[in-house]
Amino acid sequence: MQILEIVEKVADVINQEKDYLSELDRVIGDSDHGINLSRGFQKLIEEKDSLKDLNCSDFFNKIAMVLISNVGGASGAIYGTGLMKVAQSLKGKENLDLDTVIIASDAMLAGIKMRGKAEAGEKTMLDTIVPSVEALKQNKDKEFSVILENVELAAKTGMESTKDMLATKGRASYLGERSIGHIDPGAMSSYLIIKTICENLKVGE
Amino acid sequence: MKKLINEKENIVKEMIHGMVKAYPEKIEALKDIPVILRKDKKNGKVGLVSGGGSGHEPSHAGFVGYGMLDAAVAGEVFTSPSADKVYEAIKAVDSGDGVLLIIKNYSGDVMNFEMAAEMAEIEGIKVKKVIVDDDIAVENSTYTVGRRGIAGTIFVHKILGAAAEKGYSLDELEALGERVVKNIKTMGMALKPCTVLTTGKTSFDLKDDEVEIGLGIHGEPGTHREKIQSADRHTEYLLEKILKESDIAKEKVAVLVNGLGETTLIELFIINNKVADMLKEREIEVVKTLVGNYMTSLDMGGFSITILKLDEEIEKLLKERSDTIALKTF
Repeated sequence: MQILEIVEKVADVINQEKDYLSELDRVIGDSDHGINLSRGFQKLIEEKDSLKDLNCSDFFNKIAMVLISNVGGASGAIYGTGLMKVAQSLKGKENLDLDTVIIASDAMLAGIKMRGKAEAGEKTMLDTIVPSVEALKQNKDKEFSVILENVELAAKTGMESTKDMLATKGRASYLGERSIGHIDPGAMSSYLIIKTICENLKVGE
Repeated sequence: MKKLINEKENIVKEMIHGMVKAYPEKIEALKDIPVILRKDKKNGKVGLVSGGGSGHEPSHAGFVGYGMLDAAVAGEVFTSPSADKVYEAIKAVDSGDGVLLIIKNYSGDVMNFEMAAEMAEIEGIKVKKVIVDDDIAVENSTYTVGRRGIAGTIFVHKILGAAAEKGYSLDELEALGERVVKNIKTMGMALKPCTVLTTGKTSFDLKDDEVEIGLGIHGEPGTHREKIQSADRHTEYLLEKILKESDIAKEKVAVLVNGLGETTLIELFIINNKVADMLKEREIEVVKTLVGNYMTSLDMGGFSITILKLDEEIEKLLKERSDTIALKTF
């Protein structure tokens, strides 16, 4: 499956789940996570023609810029910075082989940590992303379908682990103890994105 | 939800157009970008840029003008404006002396304003920032990202705006800004959550006889809730917290009793009555009081109290003239 089609699938999922994401955010934040992300991804779909003939690096850079400009808020800045770092790491690369994807994932993680000034364990999207990148590295010599399965599982487990955490970053942190018992909306949106990518890579494998 | 809006996507755009049409002599907007600029832009001074999500009206565009901000950047409702929009505002107000960003301490605002500063610096524009963190509801402990920036930001706009008008350099403004921020303490409470315009839902659930203490300004829940009591009791609770955090015995202060959008002026003046009496008892001299809706949270019911401790320089700047939509000649 073409990478642009996967982006469209991700946009569809975010659009379908926007009310759910905003509801998660309503409980511990300011109720706008779903609608913000959906606004950015819809814009990506509108501009998909301009993404068609780009090389890997320019492709991710363009996506980053569209998300930064149209999502707004912390999530636009964080996802956007992560993707900008992916774009930088892909300069001069023609193919997305597994080693390249691992390098890009590490670059993305570094970007997200830098912008959000966060680490895993603080009830953020990093609790989904960090274990899934780890799973990617640990399983890289296995069969492709096994890699995908493990990455998705790690993302899911990470996302679910945020339920019992105390928020220390973002707006949920102001709730203190009251943030415990609710899944972090950012961890959920990251999970939905990773899950959608894994499922569609399976289809087109 | 019963609200006077048209298409949800156009809420911010239509608000900005409406504002510019109401005050064409004072403000103008960048084309297609939600940045409101001062009409009588003065060269040879540091440009002051602030902003944040919409829904806090008259903040932030209401404070664009003589003696306050040069530009305000409006995000979607309760969503920080994106970095590229802040960058456009920086470019629009820089006249060679640099640009100071006044940022409320909320993750999204800080991230996007910092990204914008990085973009501007690549273009050779000098940018510095002042981060306002006046809300004392959230303890500065290992489990928070520091305190939020809320209504006290109005005083920062006012004082730094006056200083910029007088020709303070970028470095002087940054240092002054840090001192002013240290002197501001705010705490608020809500009687009623707000209705988020884009979802039509209330921002949190609160029983009829409950109040939410220590809230922020984005409809997010506060630190705890309790049963509703008299205005005096609630005022006493919030002001005591502020007094405990401040070193203002026998000092001069400015006071802001801020409505969150739905609260009537009757209620706000009743609150200020108590605030003034409590400060007088402690021999704290109130030099200036503001009562009204300055940093709102859509239609949230409730209020916040802000106390700004004055020194000679800050007091002098506070009393300088300002001419903006929401704050004229102090």
